[in-house]
Amino acid sequence: MIKTDTLIIGAGPVGLFCVHQLGIIGLKCEVVDNLDKIGGQCIELYPDKPIYDIPAVPECTGEELTNNLIEQIKAFKTKFHLNERVEEIKKVEKKWITKTNKGTEFESSSIIIAAGVGSFEPRKFPTKEIEKYEGKQILYSIRDKTVFKDKTVSIFGGGDSALDWAIELSNTSKVILVHRRDDFRGMQASINKINKLKEEGKIEIYTKYQLEAAQGKEKIESINIKRDDKTIKKIKTDYVLGFFGLIMKLGPIADWGLNLDKKTVPVNTESFETNKEGIFAIGDICSYPGKLKLILSGFHEGALAARGCFKYAKPDEKYRFEFTTSSKAVKNRLGVEE
Amino acid sequence: MSMAKITYIENSGSSHTIEVANGLSVMEGAVQNDIPGIDADCGGGMACATCHVYVKEEWFDKLIKKEDGEEDMLDMAYEPNKFSRLSCQVIVSDELDGLTVSIPSKQG
Repeated sequence: MIKTDTLIIGAGPVGLFCVHQLGIIGLKCEVVDNLDKIGGQCIELYPDKPIYDIPAVPECTGEELTNNLIEQIKAFKTKFHLNERVEEIKKVEKKWITKTNKGTEFESSSIIIAAGVGSFEPRKFPTKEIEKYEGKQILYSIRDKTVFKDKTVSIFGGGDSALDWAIELSNTSKVILVHRRDDFRGMQASINKINKLKEEGKIEIYTKYQLEAAQGKEKIESINIKRDDKTIKKIKTDYVLGFFGLIMKLGPIADWGLNLDKKTVPVNTESFETNKEGIFAIGDICSYPGKLKLILSGFHEGALAARGCFKYAKPDEKYRFEFTTSSKAVKNRLGVEE
Repeated sequence: MSMAKITYIENSGSSHTIEVANGLSVMEGAVQNDIPGIDADCGGGMACATCHVYVKEEWFDKLIKKEDGEEDMLDMAYEPNKFSRLSCQVIVSDELDGLTVSIPSKQG
């Protein structure tokens, strides 16, 4: 059991800045995120897109913003638990006990939910009847590529993940690449490579096709793909890989007894506390009159939520407001010289 | 303020016709009027493909053409077809009075 003052759910920009705000007032925290990297939507959805409305930063990309925030909280040596999704929370006396899908347990006096629109999960094929093969022969991520050796693998998608795996697996497997339109959106170098492999007969490509059905008893044996003009083609295949990016799902947060308004959590605007004592919500996931889904609003929300956590972490102490420019204690926490 | 009538047809078949102010997106018209089925997770940034709609055939060519990024995002949408658009990228104007869009059975 990991003991800390505050558990932050979500390592997006708002969760990261909240680490800073907790840190300067002397509270410890740990962060859990379902993605494999820090940065949330900034890093997953728009790492290269410029953002123009961060105060005092005229222009920066999602990746730059993330890197700057990581730099800004370096002094606090915060532990991040990536690739983990919080599943359960329960209150034991005055503490919150939180458990992730990997079995990590935390004990904290408060929880700050900075989970955006929820956790990122792979988008799946729409075809309902194929569910029974999911996780077996139909996969959305690859853990062990050796299982595909000398097998036929049908890869669906038009982005970099689909192209990169098609190229990689073409060395050891028969690869069939299927995409819903003629244009691939991956890097040009990858597209060139794919076309070359096609000319060499190492990859089969079907465009304007989508998955229609799958056949097989225990294991998948073949699939039907359907073209725009409704023609159907049957393909023998051992594995089917789908790379359609990630989608955000609210997930287990919906089951924690928090008030919900559509997919957001209502909060008070004094401390961003939810209807549950000691649970706060900040960033895109919280709602209140006048809410703007902006990163800058999330920074403000995190600053107030951090102060709200203080009384739970240190019930016998009074919180004192201090500036980073003048407070010796704050400078010590930041590890900067006088 | 100038308004245009936009009709949203849910996958179940129920239809909602709403006056949406010019300048708003078709996505915003749906979200502000609690039309179910348009999630718009990213808030209109063309970054998530959860405001996907099918535009009624006769209206499709009347819309302003897709930017590059929209077609890329539509690759990720649930069951896209040739009349698919991201509703956050379709801006309401007088010319779109009467526009009809259908909402997919789900967004992802």
